[in-house]
Parts: sequence; C-alpha cells; structure tokens
Amino acid sequence: MPKDSNGLTLDGQGKPLWLSLEITYRCPLKCSWCNNPLDFDDYAARELSTDEWKRVLREARELGALQLGFTGGEPLQRPDLEELVAYANALGFYTNLITSGIGLTEARLVALKAAGLKQIQLSLQATEAAVTDALVGATAHERKLDAARRIKAHGFPMVLNMPVFRQNIGMTDAMIAWAAELGIEYIEFANIQYYNWALMNRDELMPTLEQVREAEQVVQRWRDTLGKKMTIYFVIPDYYEGRPKACMNGWGAIHLTIAPDGVAMPCQEARVIPGLEFESVRDKPLAWLWHESPLFRKYRGLDWLPEPCVSCDEKEKDFGGCRCQAFLLTGDAGNTDPACGRSPHHARVREATDTAARPLRFRKPLFKRAAGTVTTAFLED
Amino acid sequence: MSIDTPTLASRFRMQWEEAQQAWVLLYPEGMVKLNASAAEILKRCDGTRDVPALVADLETAFDTTGLEPDVRAFLDMARQQQWITEA
Repeated sequence: MPKDSNGLTLDGQGKPLWLSLEITYRCPLKCSWCNNPLDFDDYAARELSTDEWKRVLREARELGALQLGFTGGEPLQRPDLEELVAYANALGFYTNLITSGIGLTEARLVALKAAGLKQIQLSLQATEAAVTDALVGATAHERKLDAARRIKAHGFPMVLNMPVFRQNIGMTDAMIAWAAELGIEYIEFANIQYYNWALMNRDELMPTLEQVREAEQVVQRWRDTLGKKMTIYFVIPDYYEGRPKACMNGWGAIHLTIAPDGVAMPCQEARVIPGLEFESVRDKPLAWLWHESPLFRKYRGLDWLPEPCVSCDEKEKDFGGCRCQAFLLTGDAGNTDPACGRSPHHARVREATDTAARPLRFRKPLFKRAAGTVTTAFLED
Repeated sequence: MSIDTPTLASRFRMQWEEAQQAWVLLYPEGMVKLNASAAEILKRCDGTRDVPALVADLETAFDTTGLEPDVRAFLDMARQQQWITEA
C-alpha cells in the first residue's frame, strides 16, 4: 500500500504506478491473519511461468508502472525470483521484496543483490521466539532474526513490518527497542486488516481501542527519542478510526495487483467480491485489463459513489473507503465502507470493536492458514 | 551542515520516465516527479564534483550565471529529505 512519506507523491494520471506481483500463494508459514484467499492451495498448479511473469513486467512498464513489490505467499518459494528481479530491474522498476525471511539464505541474498533488488520488507511478529513460532505455526523466529541481520549486513534498505493484533500489540515497545539496536531505519506497524483468514479470526485478533492507544503512545515516545534515525509508521486500524482508509488510493487509480494465476486486480483482496469478472493476463493484454476491463472500471473514480459519500466533503480524500470491506460487512461492495461513522452500516463495525472490548467472552482458538483448515468448495470460482 | 561533494543516496533510483515525460526519483515506499531544474542538479550529484564545480557545470551547460544560491537551497532540501549524502 503506497504511503505518503513526505508529502510528495505522483498523481497517477491514470497509470498503475504501483505493481504488486503475488508470484505464489505457497508459504511455509500458517499465519492466522493471512490475507491470501481461503482456497490458496488451489492456485499452486495455476501459477504463471517465468516467461509469463516477464511479459507482465514488460506490459506493466509500458503502462507506466514504477514501484514493484514481489509478494505472495512467500515469494522466495519461487526459484526464479532472482531472475524476475533482474529482469524487472533492467526494465526500470524499483524492486521491493516482501518476505517472511524464511528461505532467505546467504546465497539468495547475494543473488538478489546482484539482480538489483532495491529494498526488502521483512515481517516479524514478536520479540520472543515462543510467541512468534506459535503465531506463525512454524519454527521461524530465529530464522527471521538471522534474515534481518543479514539483510542489514548486505546494505539493503529494509522495512521491518510487524503485523499488529491483540496477541502482540503489547510488544510494540520491545520491537522498536530491538530494531533500534539493529540499526533498522524504518519500521511499520501494520494494524492488520480483516479479510480472508484474518476475518475468520477477527474476534480473537482484534485489539481493544485501549491497547491501540497505548501502542500509539509508545510509538510517539520512541519517535521523540530516535528522531530521524528511524521512521516509525503506525496507523490506527480503520475499525477504530471513524473514517475509512483511502483504500489503494482509489479503485483502479494507481495500484495493480497480479495474482499467482495472472488475474489482474485493483487490490489483493478484490476476489472476495462476488459477481465481478476476474480476467487473467493469460487471456487479455494488461493494458486492456487496466484501462478497459469492467472490473477496473466498476469503482474507478467518484461517479459510482453512493450516499452518504456523494454529498460528503471527504469523498476525494477516501473515495468511499474499501470495496472489499463494504462487501464483507454489508453484503454490497457498492456501499460506503462501514468503517465510516457516517455509513448507515457502521453498527457492524461497532459490534466487532465492542466484542473485542468485552471483558468476559468465549475465547475461540485461532484458525491457522493451512490447506484443509476450512471447506472452500462452496466458494465461487 | 551542508554537503561538500553530493551523491545520490544508495537507496534512490533516478531515471527518465517516458510515460511521465519527466525525471523521477524512486525510493522505498515512494516516488517523486522532479521538475527540470531539480533533475539537472540531481543528475550532477554523482560524487565526482563538489558544489562549486556542480554550479560551474550547470552555468556552463545553460549559459548563465548566479545559480549558486538556488543550487545550495535545493541541495539543502535534498539533504534533509536524505536524497543525497556526502560522497
């Protein structure tokens, strides 16, 4: 998700400036907040080939794409990652790798550096091995720390990404202290967004407003202490914000995601919305998918907005919020995002935050992301 | 504190962007479209010349004089943005 780090950004002028390639949904971890589809396992056999990804890269550059994120799943599961990075770098992309760190061996780091990789975003969930390992469902903590040290040793700009939820929000302070000691310059506290696996586990994952405020204060103290040495990105989750996020800076405005099977999407979650036609780069030119396809035109711009957005003076700021969240919580993707306090469906969001704050409640176990955890046969193809 | 011999910080990538008809500066999580004069200055921040040499080079290239205050002001901003560092 693009961020406005210093107030200077490009107006997309109709170009997909930010390209995310979900090169695989395969992953060695089983995170309960994963945003991949529930039927992620079905995509393995349909992944684009190396040559197909290269064609996507060429076509996206022609459309004006500049920032490129290799993501997944775990992108290191693809042995051709280095080849794709080198190809993208030669085309003029600014290449970012979004990784769990699992599989980031010394040899691969050297190869990625040689391929021209510019930045690595590494996820870390906790500062204690037992907590991280339990949360991700694998022995991962030490391997992640190892990856962090080696990424620094190779001189990559690095973003440390901590997905934030009830189980780890209390570790905000310890996480910044650890990152500061390692000399990490950028840390992002990503309050998780509730789609797919995270939505299934929402009642257990959602922190209380009190916890969020406390973490926010911790962050502010560290910002004062560290000054320019570290950028700390922390955004209040939209469930508590009262206003929706400017999701993807607008549908089909500057962001283009390609799923493992080549389906072009305005965001990584768009497939949760039924009734939309999802088409693949295997069948259509990317330029057509971006500019002309019904999917990208559906919620592009402001003309489609419903009330209360139409008469709202903030519509050019948030574009009505997130289409996927509108669908998931109201049943209609064309509604105002219910995270907005002005949405007639805002009560749906309040129900969730009230549940999080209830002192006595039935604690459910977390569903782990794994094939066979849930039945997905009923899902629309 | 100012920079003697500026060079583009390693995390940045600067390139002519055909689709924008402009020079752009790419960096982690973002990008900036440069105006023509910013681009001319930043192109010369390659660690091979100090500020007086950079100014002289620009004045020759554009057949003008008196650019130093503007160049220094820009470099100061660029340093604060961490676009450039000491070579």
